[in-house]
Amino acid sequence: MSNFTPAEIYKELLEEAISQGEARKEKTRVLVGTATCGVAAGALKIKEDFLREIESKNLSDDVDVFEVGCIGHCYAEPLAIIAKPGHPAICYGRLDDGLVHRLVEDFLVADDPSYEYAMAALERNDVFPTFEDFPRGIYEKKLILEQCGFIDARDVNSYLAREGYSGLAKALVEKPEWVLEEIKAANLRGRGGAGFPAGLKWEACIKSKGDAIYVICNADEGDPGAFMDRSILESDPHLVIEGMILCAYTVGAQKGYLYIRAEYPRAVTHVQEALEQARMKGLLGNSILGTDFNFDLEIFQGSGAFVCGEATALVNSMEGKMGMPESRPPRLAQKGYRGKPTVLNNVKTFAYVPLIIRNGADWFKETGTPESPGTAVFSLVGKVVNTGLVEVPMGTTLRQLIYDVGDGLPNDREFKAVQIGGPSGGCLPESALDVPIDFDSLQDAGAIMGSGGLVVMDEDDCMVSVARYFLEFTQHESCGKCTFCRLGTKHMLDILTDITKGKGDGDSLALLEELAEDVRDGSLCNLGRTAPNPVLTTLKYFRDEYIAHIEEGRCPALACRDLILYYIEPPKCSKLCNVCVGSCPTEAIFTRDDGLKEIDQEKCVKCDNCLKACPGEYNAVVKISPPVLPPEKVRVAK
Amino acid sequence: MQLIEGEKDQILAIVGEVLKNSPKQREDLIPLLQKVQAKLGYLPALAMEKIADGLNIPAADVYGLATFYNQFRLNPPGKHQVKVCLGTACYMVGGDITLESFERRMEIKEGETSPDRLYSLERVACVGCCTMAPVAVVDEEVEGKVTPTRVDGIMLALQDEEKKNEKELKSNQEEGEDA
Ligand SMILES: Cc1cc2nc3c(=O)[nH]c(=O)nc-3n(C[C@H](O)[C@H](O)[C@H](O)COP(=O)(O)O)c2cc1C
Ligand code: SF4
Ligand code: SF4
Ligand code: FES
Ligand code: FES
Repeated sequence: MSNFTPAEIYKELLEEAISQGEARKEKTRVLVGTATCGVAAGALKIKEDFLREIESKNLSDDVDVFEVGCIGHCYAEPLAIIAKPGHPAICYGRLDDGLVHRLVEDFLVADDPSYEYAMAALERNDVFPTFEDFPRGIYEKKLILEQCGFIDARDVNSYLAREGYSGLAKALVEKPEWVLEEIKAANLRGRGGAGFPAGLKWEACIKSKGDAIYVICNADEGDPGAFMDRSILESDPHLVIEGMILCAYTVGAQKGYLYIRAEYPRAVTHVQEALEQARMKGLLGNSILGTDFNFDLEIFQGSGAFVCGEATALVNSMEGKMGMPESRPPRLAQKGYRGKPTVLNNVKTFAYVPLIIRNGADWFKETGTPESPGTAVFSLVGKVVNTGLVEVPMGTTLRQLIYDVGDGLPNDREFKAVQIGGPSGGCLPESALDVPIDFDSLQDAGAIMGSGGLVVMDEDDCMVSVARYFLEFTQHESCGKCTFCRLGTKHMLDILTDITKGKGDGDSLALLEELAEDVRDGSLCNLGRTAPNPVLTTLKYFRDEYIAHIEEGRCPALACRDLILYYIEPPKCSKLCNVCVGSCPTEAIFTRDDGLKEIDQEKCVKCDNCLKACPGEYNAVVKISPPVLPPEKVRVAK
Repeated sequence: MQLIEGEKDQILAIVGEVLKNSPKQREDLIPLLQKVQAKLGYLPALAMEKIADGLNIPAADVYGLATFYNQFRLNPPGKHQVKVCLGTACYMVGGDITLESFERRMEIKEGETSPDRLYSLERVACVGCCTMAPVAVVDEEVEGKVTPTRVDGIMLALQDEEKKNEKELKSNQEEGEDA
């Protein structure tokens, strides 16, 4: 125990962090977004470009370049924020080397912020609108994503300076029971999918009175189309760490783990660095903030099996076994890691904890609905204009999310469905768009909240093929323990595959529904129990598409490759441009004696190249389903 | 896959070293396999046998684990590794067509390594940049909007690089002979 109170020690840390921050603010700062999607879009090169241009202008002493995480506007990557004293901080998107050159020349050297290239300002000012002034700003409410992309994820001071760890300092002078009561009062529900109240889970663990208690963060994020948890860990790791420390204090744990996918190397590095810095500051490890509370954290790298996201399978894999689920009870709260009581929560669940402790349960409940307070975080992808990470209050409708936050579908396409909840979720049609997003309403509609994958689909997307995609995924990821999960999903997959090839028959749909029920009832864990959801929802809402495949051998979306053929419409073809001929990887396109191009159907591999290649003014290549060539056309031999 | 010359010694040396410096409980098995794979690029059968010996557990347990988890690869990676994203967003815009195009150009199937060990091809789940779908990761560089034509471009670039390397190697050798 130290002679100083946690409040005093915290105050010192805070002052140091703030003065470092103030010192930094005297200089111009360039913050480059280097979360995974940023890096993918070339952000590291942009950072190099900035450094080079800045050096060439002899500004290296006046300008600092930092890496930050995801600000959620992933559609406009690569992104950078420039904060120059005397100007509001401004975010620029879609950067390339030319633009970097201009910004350095016009803004950093001269004093012109080049508003014509700016996306938004970060703070209110008289000259330029902020992100909150975007139409989506009205619907978005950032709690756990608030700092993502704005703070230096690799510097604990950056987090501290914005009230980071103040919740911990506040909690340590209270009894653990006080923290528990706050979390219970906030009705914080687990964000890993099921929505189980975190407070009740923690309480169960306290009551089970084992000699050791572990706290584990589930960052396995298995949904093949989602990346929220990774972005949070990459962009604001201390938020999750503080949440875990608070949980440990509440339940009396001394040791915890972050179970992070090995495929997320950036998240692993950022968390590793964050843990070291937290230890150095006395926020983690022995006698935290001068008290007699000891708690340390370690990373366990998951090896990439979807089923390992399931609580009991996760624990098995940490123990060096196959990651197979166990039947429950006993729950982890009674018998978890190494047989001891264990708390397991999702990344986002832990991320809310510091905010609730800092601001109070009532503050948290101001947002969202009574049954599902707080916000929902989604990775919004697919056929939507503004793809990226979004955070909206629970209770927001799917329509608001897609059309107001996401700005609707690109290229004037027609909305068809939204897939929500990943492999365990479902596809909802237009008629379900006014369903409010919360744990319970979505379930009634046949989908689930899931951990936050949200994919928008348009008329070009085939619902049978989407159902088949998810089933193939779950089938591949089934651990094989339960017969129905292993064989039932395989049987369902075979039927779906047949349908996409036009080989379904009149009994296919009834059989699918029967199998779906068997798989749901005969499986131990939620992987199997929810695997039929994508099939059942598409059967419910898009049955006519299944029927078109089966009865007419036609794929209405022109997506199933066995049910389409590529055809060049003679009246539309320019005859002269030859672009399609060069684009075909199998040399299937030839010039007929009359100068028209034609596709040799035997050679065509349906790669879509020619259709994309044919210039927009002709658009002569079309897909036809069922795959029957128009009969009236006279075919000329080569 | 056949071991190439000198590979056996290298495997034994690396596994020996990793085993020496790590705890050897059953629960250390996954981290151990991760360390060996980080050094060798894959888990050859020989390495798994040695690890089983080191931990005093049946080799079948180690194989079982290595095949259960997607992270572990049993084939050596190619010199050029291509990973095609088949996450939801990429699949929806033709990720499978991209994968197929690579298969056609590399003359191998997904999950395989070409016999000359120059190329290997894998599928991965969302790499976090769905905006650029369909996405492929080529030697750690993320490529966006990878249409089949783009695949041809990528493969040509890789093949060019290899040809250049070969030439350099040859001219170096010739220089060596001259000296
Ligand atoms: C097949 C399967 C995969 C899962 N994957 C994850 C995951 O990637 N991340 C996660 O937090 N929870 C996942 N879960 C849910 C966990 O079992 C568990 O409910 C959750 O981690 C508890 O945390 P929460 O209460 O904070 O939501 C998965 C469940 C199943 C059945
Ligand atoms: S339901 Fe499937 S994944 Fe879950 S335990 Fe059974 S076989 Fe394994
Ligand atoms: S690219 Fe289009 S317009 Fe040009 S030759 Fe081919 S089909 Fe005709
Ligand atoms: S990861 Fe870059 S803005 Fe989302
Ligand atoms: S689905 Fe391919 S990058 Fe996300």
